[in-house]
Amino acid sequence: MFTEFFYLLRAYNLKISMNEWMTLVSALDKGLAGGSLTGFYELCHTVLLKTEADFDKFDQAFLEYFHGITTPADLPDAFWDWLEQNPRERDINDKKMLDEYLLELEELQKRFRERMEEQKERHDGGNYWIGTGGTSTMGHGGFHERGIRVGGEGRHGKAVQVAGERRFKDFRQDNILDIRQFQMAFRKLRQYSSRLDGLKSELDIDETVEETGDNAGRLSLVWKKPRRNTVKLLVLFDSDGSMLPYSRLCSRLFQAVSKSGHFKDLKVYYFHNCIYEHLYTTPYCRRNEWIDTEWALKNLNGEYRLILVGDGAMAPSELLKRGGSSYIGLFNEIPGIDWLNRFHRTYEKSIWLNPLREAEWEYAYGSYTLQIIKEIFPMYELTIDGLEAGIKRLLAGR
Amino acid sequence: MKKQAFDKFKGSVDYVVSDELQNSVNIAIALEKPLLIKGEPGTGKTMLAQAIADALGKELIIWNIKSTTKAQDGLYLYDTVQRLYDSQFGEGDVKDVARYIRLGKLGEAFTAAEQVVLLIDEIDKADLEFPNDLLWELDRMEFYINETKETVKTNVRPIVIITSNAEKELPDAFLRRCLFHYIAFPEPDKMQEIVRVHYPDIESKLLAQALEAFYKLREMKELQKKPGTSELLDWLQALAIAGVPIEKIAKELPFIGVLLKKNQDIDAVAEVREKGYSLRRWM
Repeated sequence: MFTEFFYLLRAYNLKISMNEWMTLVSALDKGLAGGSLTGFYELCHTVLLKTEADFDKFDQAFLEYFHGITTPADLPDAFWDWLEQNPRERDINDKKMLDEYLLELEELQKRFRERMEEQKERHDGGNYWIGTGGTSTMGHGGFHERGIRVGGEGRHGKAVQVAGERRFKDFRQDNILDIRQFQMAFRKLRQYSSRLDGLKSELDIDETVEETGDNAGRLSLVWKKPRRNTVKLLVLFDSDGSMLPYSRLCSRLFQAVSKSGHFKDLKVYYFHNCIYEHLYTTPYCRRNEWIDTEWALKNLNGEYRLILVGDGAMAPSELLKRGGSSYIGLFNEIPGIDWLNRFHRTYEKSIWLNPLREAEWEYAYGSYTLQIIKEIFPMYELTIDGLEAGIKRLLAGR
Repeated sequence: MKKQAFDKFKGSVDYVVSDELQNSVNIAIALEKPLLIKGEPGTGKTMLAQAIADALGKELIIWNIKSTTKAQDGLYLYDTVQRLYDSQFGEGDVKDVARYIRLGKLGEAFTAAEQVVLLIDEIDKADLEFPNDLLWELDRMEFYINETKETVKTNVRPIVIITSNAEKELPDAFLRRCLFHYIAFPEPDKMQEIVRVHYPDIESKLLAQALEAFYKLREMKELQKKPGTSELLDWLQALAIAGVPIEKIAKELPFIGVLLKKNQDIDAVAEVREKGYSLRRWM
């Protein structure tokens, strides 16, 4: 029974195994659903779902199966057809948009309803109708700072609200979730040693046996220092500006690093586009919330492993010229590239993680500066695989 | 459909429980599977186990997980040092290894004569591998003691409640063996009910005003740590004792230090109130 429902749930990308399905069946056998649809719904929630991030997906699937309602919203079919036939993708880095100021959500929704009434045909690439690849506030595959996404995958992650109100959609934003894979990767970044300061808190069995023997059988306990990770880590994040679309990804990386807790020392600083005289202590990159870069280079010695996170995209002058810093009033005597070179010389083991896909490095916005930086630092893409490869490099050195 | 009789949980006098949660607990009891409870701090995750134990008249065994806790700690400990010392001074029967086996909390729950409620509190505090090390034990509710070559088995499977603050993600293999319930932060109506359980005599106007301010505060994205139920209860008490005029509550947020525990959060709120708008957050 309900086997189709099982496959539908899996089609919705819910990781439900036979194990859980059998549990559900046995629960139904025991009459735990209480003979009502609500009871069944709650039973499914408890038995099949393992994280609140999946609640929303499940609710959609449940609706589809039990009410035949088109999700995410009951839009007229014609709209879906327009959106699905050969959607025109807009280049992800093409962010030029109309100077339309941000709309309040209610206003946006009102307009959305009006537009639905008005629109009579398929429409792509424009800035008014609901369509694909455009810059109007409604549709998918396009760009607008805040708008309503209608179907399609979120590309910039900024659609204010996917059409269709569902109870648990907020949880998908929860950035505490799915950092486990990153954490697992960071666990590999360790080098054990017992030559550290600290209390002798572990019983050394071999030495104890030896000593006790020497002591003519009278017990003599020998303690040793536990083995600890000796890796010190310095992480520098590019923040704001062109990095905004990747803020969630960076946030996950940040959480994974900061919660790893097994490093001997961890320092995190931020920079805007390129490194100059100051490293910021907060991601907002505000004046005076900083430390001198010189100080960092002197005090955090070459024992630290360095991870730089950024898209490497900036105006060439920001990287190569004196006074190229994009912050007005902060004139840099030393060009950014010299700072980067100094970091590279100081930290023998260093990598650059780039949120852009490796395939895009050649031609993406900012590829000119990206290529120059790639000559200095070994660059990896910010994915699980990239991170793992990078960490191997950090352990092995050059 | 065959219906089986089992002890049903219906909430207790001093613990307000939602229908969904009550359902989940009963499903867990009936299916004899561990119930994993997630939710924001202050939604009463830990209290739940106590309430179940009270309501069903069962003993509660709490295993508090810390960052250093190992799975083995919950099963049993073999006290080598004590045994070595005893052999030295000829005390007790050193040959009897069983004397030096100390059962952990899990071991205690498994060997109890009657069904108990076992709370594994804040499982996400421990090492990443920790939940995986417990798979077999939680599945079969038994474990093997190497030193005595004995298997510890349960007579009656305990009701197992596991809480997590989502500090770390839990491994899939572990999740597959658990039932799951997410305690959503109580809606204002439910919150009123909860407050009334603690302070039956609280003035309605004060409560309404305070709740409005409280939920507004929780909506601020700038906060690193949102205030929870326990903070709200403390705050209400402070407001009532100090006799703060009701109209001042929302405007001035007196005793904000009771609600917000981080300096940055207090600063953030002050900043937002001064400017009248929120800043965009990066993380």
